[in-house]
Amino acid sequence: MSSADSGTASSAERVPLLEMRKVNAHYGAVHALRDVDLSIYEGELVCLLGGNASGKSTTLKTLLGMLKPTSGEVVLDGEVVNDRPTSYRVARGITMVPENRRLFKRLTVRENLQLGAYLRKDSDAIAADMERVYELFPRVKERLAQKAGTLSGGEQQMVAIGRALMSQPRVLLMDEPSMGLAPALVQQNFELISQIHEAGMTVFMVEQNANMALGIADRGWVLQTGRVVLDDTAEALLANPALRTSYLGGGKGNDEGETAADDAG
Amino acid sequence: MNGSDVGASRVAPTGRRRRRRTRVDWFLTALRVSMIALVAVGLLAFIAQEINPDNPFARWANPDATGLTGAQFRGLVISGIAQGSMYGLIALGYSMVYGVLGFINFAHGEVFMVGAMTGMITSNKLADAGLWESNFIGSLVFIVVVSIIVSSLTAVVMERVAYRPLRGAPRLIPLITSIGVSFFLQNASVVLLGPASKSYPDVPDWVKAKHTFLQIEGAKILVIVVAALSMAALWYYVDRTKTGKAMRAVAEDAEIASLMGIDVNRTIVKVFAVGGAMAGMAGILWGILFRSVIHTTGFLPGIKAFSAAVVGGIGHLGGAMAGGLSIGVAESVGPLLILEPLGVSGVSQLRDAVAFSMLIIVLLVRPAGLFGERLPAEDRA
Repeated sequence: MSSADSGTASSAERVPLLEMRKVNAHYGAVHALRDVDLSIYEGELVCLLGGNASGKSTTLKTLLGMLKPTSGEVVLDGEVVNDRPTSYRVARGITMVPENRRLFKRLTVRENLQLGAYLRKDSDAIAADMERVYELFPRVKERLAQKAGTLSGGEQQMVAIGRALMSQPRVLLMDEPSMGLAPALVQQNFELISQIHEAGMTVFMVEQNANMALGIADRGWVLQTGRVVLDDTAEALLANPALRTSYLGGGKGNDEGETAADDAG
Repeated sequence: MNGSDVGASRVAPTGRRRRRRTRVDWFLTALRVSMIALVAVGLLAFIAQEINPDNPFARWANPDATGLTGAQFRGLVISGIAQGSMYGLIALGYSMVYGVLGFINFAHGEVFMVGAMTGMITSNKLADAGLWESNFIGSLVFIVVVSIIVSSLTAVVMERVAYRPLRGAPRLIPLITSIGVSFFLQNASVVLLGPASKSYPDVPDWVKAKHTFLQIEGAKILVIVVAALSMAALWYYVDRTKTGKAMRAVAEDAEIASLMGIDVNRTIVKVFAVGGAMAGMAGILWGILFRSVIHTTGFLPGIKAFSAAVVGGIGHLGGAMAGGLSIGVAESVGPLLILEPLGVSGVSQLRDAVAFSMLIIVLLVRPAGLFGERLPAEDRA
């Protein structure tokens, strides 16, 4: 629906929905993010690529306020939110589908969805959003009374996305949507993501599987040991031979790097 | 992971066990069998005795045993349920705190003691004013409210001062701290109220009297009914309300709970407050039933309630209640039902031994407790 061109062309005049400006972050002595600049505009589907330990998860934690940047700014809808807690940012329209889904397994599917709307008070609108989740995922409706831990991997992924949508997010962060799923489900999962994007959601996903992610994304960045090394449209990144070599960085052996790139391709 | 399972079963296709049984396994099996055999023989001897005290099996087991009348047996069961429901109420606090923070708050027995002491002070004041006799139900509601407030506050302050600074530390550290908090509260009680045992005012005659229809002491009925109502209220709170859902979410995954916008610290405070309220309620019931309280009142019921939480499966609220009831009933009927027919002397003093043996037997047979789920290794305390 929205092409890569519209995303980049309009970026000059529009204010980004979510932005990182020269962000540095540390885990103890480890310098995990180095001068990272990212901007996500309303209606976009963008992805952040990178190998293991490249700083992808750190980026998400910093955006959500689970980790405080040592310098730089996290800007949500024009407001610097560096000192704001996660709950404030969630209330302002940012949420995440975590890696490996992390549903509340001992709670029912219904309770998981209700917890997604924890900060909302508008019970009518919550009920309407529940209906929208059922429409999107009819399978979820059949499983409402079941404990989330008893669902299959694919169903859990639907509930995890549904739970995130219940907070009425303006931007949805996705941490490694292909992680821990069977190949057929990975395909299905990326279809789900482009489906909710086409329904108007702004999506920022973090992924190792470059080809899958760029197949549905408008734009992307490549992160290597905490630094953004590539920043381009999805088509340009797919055509760029540097995409593959960028996965080789960070002191890894050549063999391992090549297999990682092969997996990605 | 699946692959290795398949491989292993190919190596040993006959047995389901892949691991060779060690001496420890044999020892545990022997222990399980002998404990269960002891209980079974005791029960059989009891039944034999009840059928005919002169039959050879009963004579062999204990020639002096007299057996129990129906009324005696019922009395023991009712006492056990009354006491067990108090253990259950206290056990909820152990279980809930374990659920959200993953450590055993050994000072929880002292929160119960604080509740009992508060009730003692308030009820004596009311008795001095003459309200205790003239309006017993009203007085009871009043002392329950005061005691719940004081014990909740104690639990909340305890969390704020002693445990929150240790959030993120290894679990052993808050555990040891809780033992320190326990000593602090006991000694605070000695300083404030003196070391002597103190008593609740006598309950009115109509409460003491045996109920005409059920032949059960009124006070025990009161205890059982109030405990059942409290548990029902707690169940509703945890299972149905938004805060209850938040508590369960924090218990399962605090990081993701905060991603939902749940304030994890506030939720933990609420867990301590609710657990403290239940302990305060149990303290009042204890005072009504046994009347006498002292600064060490919290110790044994606290340890037994902890055992109850473990028997039921720690972290499981229904399990805590069931564990409390089973320990209460076991220690009440166990001595006369199992030990007396076996010829053990002085059985009435063995209540505590029976209660803790019950804990050991349950753990030998079901290490995760009656309702507990098997935890993955990294989740264990």
